[in-house]
Amino acid sequence: MKLTNLNLGLTTLFSFVTIIVSAQDAHLLDGVQIHGNFDLYAQQYNKDSIIGAPIVPEKSGVNAFTNLIATKGKFSAGVRLESYIPPVQGFDPRFGEETIGVPFRYASFTQDGLEITVGNFYEQFGNGMILRSYEERGLGLDNAFDGARVRYSPIDGIYIKGLIGNQRFYWQKGDGIVRAFDGEIQFNELVSKWSTSALRLSIGGSFVSKFQSGGSSSLDIPENVGGGAARFQLNYKDFSLMGEYAFKDNDPTKSNNYIYKSGEGFFASATYSRRGFGINISAKSIDNMEFRSDREAGFNDLFINYLPALSRQHTYNLAATLYPYATQPNGEIGLQGDLIYKIKKGSKIGGKYGTTIQLNVSMINSHDREYYADSDPEVAVELLDQQTYLPKDESRLGYKANLFNWGSEVYYRDYNIEVDRKFNKNFKLKGTFAFQEYNIELIQFKASTNVLARIWVLEGLNKLSRKHSIRWEAQHLTTGQDQGDWVFGLIEYGYSPHWIVTVLNQYNYGNKNKDLRVNYPTAQVTYIHNANRLSLGYGRQRAGIFCVGGVCRNVPAANGITLAITSSF
Amino acid sequence: MKYILLPILFATVLNTGIQAQNDGRQIPAVEIKNLDSSPFNTGDIQNDGKPIIISFWATWCSPCKRELNTIAEEYIDWQDETGVKLIAISIDDARNIQKVKPYVDGQSWDYEVYLDPNADFKRAMNVNNVPHTFLIDGEGNIVWQHNSYQPGDEQELYELVEKLASGESIN
Repeated sequence: MKLTNLNLGLTTLFSFVTIIVSAQDAHLLDGVQIHGNFDLYAQQYNKDSIIGAPIVPEKSGVNAFTNLIATKGKFSAGVRLESYIPPVQGFDPRFGEETIGVPFRYASFTQDGLEITVGNFYEQFGNGMILRSYEERGLGLDNAFDGARVRYSPIDGIYIKGLIGNQRFYWQKGDGIVRAFDGEIQFNELVSKWSTSALRLSIGGSFVSKFQSGGSSSLDIPENVGGGAARFQLNYKDFSLMGEYAFKDNDPTKSNNYIYKSGEGFFASATYSRRGFGINISAKSIDNMEFRSDREAGFNDLFINYLPALSRQHTYNLAATLYPYATQPNGEIGLQGDLIYKIKKGSKIGGKYGTTIQLNVSMINSHDREYYADSDPEVAVELLDQQTYLPKDESRLGYKANLFNWGSEVYYRDYNIEVDRKFNKNFKLKGTFAFQEYNIELIQFKASTNVLARIWVLEGLNKLSRKHSIRWEAQHLTTGQDQGDWVFGLIEYGYSPHWIVTVLNQYNYGNKNKDLRVNYPTAQVTYIHNANRLSLGYGRQRAGIFCVGGVCRNVPAANGITLAITSSF
Repeated sequence: MKYILLPILFATVLNTGIQAQNDGRQIPAVEIKNLDSSPFNTGDIQNDGKPIIISFWATWCSPCKRELNTIAEEYIDWQDETGVKLIAISIDDARNIQKVKPYVDGQSWDYEVYLDPNADFKRAMNVNNVPHTFLIDGEGNIVWQHNSYQPGDEQELYELVEKLASGESIN
């Protein structure tokens, strides 16, 4: 199914512009506010075989986006223009099916608690365990719905949403139709005498169903697959507790080897915080919970639900892009603890400005499953290395799993601590240590034992004068596996409010293969003026994994010039 | 190659063509969440005719935290002198949303903080990436915005806040 070809896309765009222009003549535009943004990322590619940079025949790639939103009173309409000429390396080549087009357009109006949207839209129910459509441009990820949505609040405290649509699949639409409904009750709004209560409670529930024709499959494929979720959130003074349970009916797909087992998952989280102290503990377990609107879809395509990684989202280069965890939607169980404590300023240990300590621990394992001894060769390949077998799998359930079973295989560990201290009004220092264990065979399909990595980071910020500052980072990663040890250094000179000059290098000095002990120097100049930002760089980019949430994109190595422009208006 | 220029040209033409209309641009009304996850409508943002700073940030964004922690040290003075209110919009999604309140309390921020886990408000405000800071005048008009943060930027921001508070135009 074609979402939009070039002509249709541009027709939509030009009708939008024509309406604006003609409306301007007729003074219909009085009170209409038009605004938007622009985002461009361009990369030029040189040959560089030692770092494994792919050869790009076009020698360049450009991704560009323009959003335009027009609003007047209760009405809002918008379009997004996207172009890929060709897509930047690391983005799915299917974006290159069109050079330019309008994959996103909508119109909506809101009146007395009722909001209706027709066209493209994003939506999230609860934590997204059963439904979330969103855009993550940096990952080339956009599973927007194309259809219709209604949100309605008939009385205070009651919130209802319903939607129907197909999902975006690059320049096309996915085959499956998604129909979904969500309801939420906020008791403190609903019952007026509870409005000032210290105890705050809400509950919610969702139902999601997808339809996709069974096609010519020899299996008896369910064409309609239902799923649902229930959730609550409770707050009392400094405490809060929330939980969500999600369920999915049997849904044989390519990624679960066409088994007829249902899927389920839960997420629970408890938080306590007061001035200067905060702690959060979360637990999550999912089994066979990959929910897509096309059973044949792979990669990050056509997900209906969102299953983020239960681990810290690192920001320092070596900690973030070498061994980041990616959620295993077919089955995982995890725990995370996160603590922040600010040692009081003026105290002996805290110093004049106070010192902040952050601790984070995350642990993610397999479920121990009992597999059926199936004779189906397609499934048998997957079962080869499994120890336990059940009798023949006549109903094709694949395996038995318990959501609360803490399995024996380590998927991920991350123990990290960060200490942040301001020494005087012109100097700040931040130290980070992280120990990561990473199941590289599971996540990156590299044959290896688990990677054990230790990462040290020191970051300093020296304010030279009111407008001038220097920020620097020194990072060191040691590991006996994979590519061995790395060092990373960065110096950034800032001249507020317009200029930033950054020079960085990383060096894989510990690679067992001496030929691959390579430097990756990069220099970049950024100019900022209000909401315009322009950045020009040159250098080597290391192959790595760029993640947002639990979703990741492989970034291939590259050597060349980069240009990034963003603007909002 | 000409295709590359098309969106740039398009954005530039509209950018300049509609500049005049932006002078009266108000904060769009979007349903987001309070820290206790109850709904909050951004159309209700107000500060009794005093200026408002809206800052988009995330727990995983270092420059965002640098900006908000820097301003936090001077925020009491800013409020006393100009009556300004800072509203911090966290765009953390389901992965990190549970860490927002502990972080905000842990750093003892006195800002109003809201959650925008599916980027609805971020999209409505046309934010490309964080940190992105807006300045709203006493009548609720968006009068200035700035992308990214480096040390010293907070001084420029505060000078603009002072101008707004004393009734001057900042353009």
